[in-house]
Amino acid sequence: MKGKSNTKKLFVHLALLLGVGVTVFPFLWMVLTSFKTVGEAMQIPPTFFPKQFLVDAYGQIVTALPFARVYLNTIISTVVTTVVQVMFCSMAAYAFARIEFPFKNAIFVLLLSVLMVPGQIFLIPQYQIIQKLGLLDTIPALFLPNLFSAFGTFLLRQFFMSLPKELEEAALLDGCNRYQIFWKIMLPLTKPGIVSLVIFTAKFAWNDFMWPLIVNTSPKMMTLGPALSTLQGQYTTKYPMQMAGAVMAVIPIIVLFFIFQKQFIEGVAQSGIKG
Amino acid sequence: MAEGKVKTGVQKKRASKRAKKDWIAAYIFIAPVTIGLLIFYIWPFIQNVWFSFNDVNKFNIATFVGMQNYQDMIHDKEVWATFGNTLKYVVCTVPVGLFLSIFIAALLNSKIKGTSIYRTLYFLPSVTMAAAVAMVWKWIYNEKMGILNSVIRGLGGKGHGWLTDPKIALYMVMIVGLWMTVGYNMIILLAGMQGISQSYYEAAALDGAGTVQQFFKITIPMLTPTIFFVMITSIISGFQVFDVIYMMIGKTNPAYESTQTVVMLFYRQAFDYGYKGYAAAISILIFAVIMLVTVVQLWGQKKWVNYD
Repeated sequence: MKGKSNTKKLFVHLALLLGVGVTVFPFLWMVLTSFKTVGEAMQIPPTFFPKQFLVDAYGQIVTALPFARVYLNTIISTVVTTVVQVMFCSMAAYAFARIEFPFKNAIFVLLLSVLMVPGQIFLIPQYQIIQKLGLLDTIPALFLPNLFSAFGTFLLRQFFMSLPKELEEAALLDGCNRYQIFWKIMLPLTKPGIVSLVIFTAKFAWNDFMWPLIVNTSPKMMTLGPALSTLQGQYTTKYPMQMAGAVMAVIPIIVLFFIFQKQFIEGVAQSGIKG
Repeated sequence: MAEGKVKTGVQKKRASKRAKKDWIAAYIFIAPVTIGLLIFYIWPFIQNVWFSFNDVNKFNIATFVGMQNYQDMIHDKEVWATFGNTLKYVVCTVPVGLFLSIFIAALLNSKIKGTSIYRTLYFLPSVTMAAAVAMVWKWIYNEKMGILNSVIRGLGGKGHGWLTDPKIALYMVMIVGLWMTVGYNMIILLAGMQGISQSYYEAAALDGAGTVQQFFKITIPMLTPTIFFVMITSIISGFQVFDVIYMMIGKTNPAYESTQTVVMLFYRQAFDYGYKGYAAAISILIFAVIMLVTVVQLWGQKKWVNYD
């Protein structure tokens, strides 16, 4: 009996390891190629490990593209989007969850309707707004529409609603005003919700592709995604350089993921239970 | 609790004064999101609907053309072709993705060691930039020097132009799409499985049901709400696939036509060719199709989803 269950476990592990192989291999191949010379990368049959680990490809990207600038643009856009969006969403979410005010439900339903619509619907008018403001090819163009999120407001509202009402009532009786209650009592208590939204938004903003591709077309104003597309177009056969670019583009989020993996995974796991 | 319900006159007055202050606070709290969403989302939605009945030129000047854009769409072969490709993408990736993610979740739900490491590794592709990993996959698929063909040749087979053969390029892109999303959906399904009470399994075991039987008679029926959630979100995101195809299939690729999705068409019409009115109409059509499919799903779920 014991033997049988052990062989079963062995098969489960084998199946899972096969899946892990398929999942991880592209990352491994990306890293290994990035350390090869162009000649070695294109060699037939290929080498698996580089003969020598060279960082030349990383040096080449920095000179081929305004890569440092692109990196900085992506960081600024991600940080501004995340900080401002989370702040705005948490304020609105608190009011929708805990304060009674005229037209509350009507406004809330109106905002939620944004969630039902696929993003392409807004793109053309959003582009025109940025154009009219004279902001095409600038940093603010990258983050402006993303500062406001119906999804984030909805997500955090759920968290605020799950907090006990008594806390707030006690604070009101003590003469605290709404701003103090929000800032000093409620916000610290919704930390898990805030962390979820921060992770979600940062990941989204860092990986975003279509919007920055549309609004910022000069190489100095691009973010990483569209810049990789340019790199691929200009250096068609310089695979080590392309892979070095890809490594640089995925590393910050992967590092963040390994630090906050519990929060990353739990945030996603709960989305299905609540939905 | 009972004390709170009895209010004196003074308390009532105080309460109404507080209510007014609360209103002001609430409006201040919701102002940034509400104004931002009105300017950048709700008004653009209305404008986009209006554009779909107009010709919008380079200088953003709109000329009303009635239903012309919609009529043009019906006769536009590209619209039909791209919708066909998109549909193919959704019809293939959603069931295969569900099967794989349920399968992996079930394996991880058995009592084995190392589940958290497996979870982390499977989840990894879904956090990484689609544009970057698409580039990596394009390199793997490369006809002359890609590792996939090298392995096939090493095993005595013949290499293939995976991304240039119009018959299979879209399927090769689907593999990348699945690779990116299976781990993510698996996490949601695993959480659903872990939410099923152990007592069902214990009762079934007493009745002599084996693992496989338990899986089909308990796990799957109890999991249907989660499966439904994953299915709906996968369909919606499948209809909007863009980044991976944009990165992997260039304009000169012989498989270009057979891999273009509706969102790619929308993007090109609006921002390459500058036909913003026509593109607006395409985006409305995408929205309508997604809505229709979702409504059909919501109606159909009554037949197979268990809510207790």
